[in-house]
Amino acid sequence: MPELLLDVQGLETQFRTPDGVVHAVNGVSFGLKEGETLGVVGESGCGKSVTMLSALRLIPSPPGKVTAGKAFYRGQDLLKMTDEEIRHIRGAHIAMIFQDPMTSLNPVLTVERQMTESLELHLGMTRDQARNRSAELLAMVGIPNPKDRLKDFPHQFSGGMRQRVMIAMALACNPQILIADEPTTALDVTIQAQIVELVKRLRDELGMAIIWITHDLGIVAGLAQRVVVMYGGFIIEDSPVKELYANPQHPYTIGLLGSIPRVDGVKHGKLYSIEGLPPTLYQKPTSCPFAPRCQWAMERCTKENPALEEIAPEHRVSCWVEPKTGRPRK
Amino acid sequence: MTEETLLRVENLYKHFPIFKGFIQRQVGAVHAVDGVSFTVKRGETLGLVGESGCGKSTTGRTILQLYRPTAGHVFFEDVDLASIKGEDLRRMRRKMQMIFQDPYASLNPRMTVGEIVGEPLIVHNSASGKEVNERVAELLDLVRLNPSFASRYPHEFSGGQRQRVGVARALALQPSFIVCDEPISALDVSIQAQVVNLLEDLQKQFGLTYLFIAHDLSMVRHISDRVAVMYLGIIVELAARDELYTDPRHPYTQALLSAVPIPDPTVEESRKRTILEGDVPSPVNPPSGCRFRTRCPIAKEICAETQPEFREIAPGHFVACYFA
Repeated sequence: MPELLLDVQGLETQFRTPDGVVHAVNGVSFGLKEGETLGVVGESGCGKSVTMLSALRLIPSPPGKVTAGKAFYRGQDLLKMTDEEIRHIRGAHIAMIFQDPMTSLNPVLTVERQMTESLELHLGMTRDQARNRSAELLAMVGIPNPKDRLKDFPHQFSGGMRQRVMIAMALACNPQILIADEPTTALDVTIQAQIVELVKRLRDELGMAIIWITHDLGIVAGLAQRVVVMYGGFIIEDSPVKELYANPQHPYTIGLLGSIPRVDGVKHGKLYSIEGLPPTLYQKPTSCPFAPRCQWAMERCTKENPALEEIAPEHRVSCWVEPKTGRPRK
Repeated sequence: MTEETLLRVENLYKHFPIFKGFIQRQVGAVHAVDGVSFTVKRGETLGLVGESGCGKSTTGRTILQLYRPTAGHVFFEDVDLASIKGEDLRRMRRKMQMIFQDPYASLNPRMTVGEIVGEPLIVHNSASGKEVNERVAELLDLVRLNPSFASRYPHEFSGGQRQRVGVARALALQPSFIVCDEPISALDVSIQAQVVNLLEDLQKQFGLTYLFIAHDLSMVRHISDRVAVMYLGIIVELAARDELYTDPRHPYTQALLSAVPIPDPTVEESRKRTILEGDVPSPVNPPSGCRFRTRCPIAKEICAETQPEFREIAPGHFVACYFA
């Protein structure tokens, strides 16, 4: 087994709010192999973005605080690094792109100014070198007339093109890991398809690992090799992609897959609906966070929180019940 | 479902003028809806899909006369809504309601849920005094909310619950037609199914007719009887649900469908995609001829000359393309 590129262990993050402490991430562990594409799936507030931001030390503190856990990148704990060291990792080794490119681009600077800055800073390039490299990067992400477009401001690009600019900036220093936080959620479906195709091509060309955070089980199916499903600040299922869709084991995953209709019309009939609401996380869950909405819940589920256990090769699930039989797991 | 036509839209146009300069001269117009015709039968759900800015929401709002059309007719139960106003229009309004996309923006934060749901009853004089409260309780029960929630304010509810409040308000006057404008796109996946199931149940119970506007093609396939696809202000294809999804004839519909990811890794592996180049052109100055020609993989010279007619190529299957 190859060494893990990123190895997150027991990560916990809390936010202090006027209404109390929110337990956003409650002990999350996962690994990422070289060149692997990992999908992180869950609904809003499940902790999927906060997990990644915590590992990269991008949580604003206060109000946020990583209270426990380790995050090893090539054997070094990101959470113990000095600010200087983590900045270097974030610039050159792990890059991140976000949902709304407009909020991550500076509206009053040209794209050139924003792209060359990181190249000069991290790679010590001269102005001219940085300018040429920026144009190359824009061409690589499929922006026509890259030399001219460098002079444009972010608002002169369309949504899809802005996301391409963000990807170009993220790739500027040849990162080993690209973390994409819902990068296509704000885009139309035909533009989303363009961006997904682009990322797949770049992944194959550059061989980087990708963590793709999304609530869309469709995108992950075509993109990821492995998927983790999050709920209430926990990973509740972690599985190779085909296994997860063919043989989902956690009641939440089963419900989620049953609640989305398919454009190819397979599985017609009434949608499965998960009743109730996600937990608010003002208290750290001590029992299974999904139990109140779960049709298979037993007494034990309301008392103890199941650990993430391997039930098949590389397939881990945290549930006391085996949904197929409705009986307790051994 | 009967064959009776409830709504007939004929050559509907909605242009928004653009003003510029010191004297605010009109320099152009956004061609949001640019000649749209279709019918909706009583009791059916017509899905209206397209990407952002294609004019689908404007179409919905223009039908309800929330925007007055630039040209064209909207016949609702054989009354042309575009030609009436004042009290006549107000009387028609109780038969047509709307559910909005953003349940955070469409409910007044300073009103209780009871006031929000009861307001249409009072405005249209259909109930007064204690009757209103009784009716509100009934309506909340109908959308599976606890009637005791009537005294609470919108901020105390989750997105899915707020959308139910929006549905209850839309049902207050017992309308026959509801425009659902992206009613689930602001909601989480597991909550979307709850709201869609509710809409389907209510449709069965009251024989409602829906115009379901959405960009989620999977959900539209699930809920619609017929589907219309819009691109840059016009309908490019309209057909019965399964026919449209299994045998799309317009190149845009084909590309749109192929762009939707399917939650099945085995299917995704072997799927062929038509990736469209570029972005949607500006509706201020739409391309000549066929509007899709700038991104169309099969466009020929003729496509730039005149706009292809929206013609019936099979019973009930309409396409605006020379090569369909």
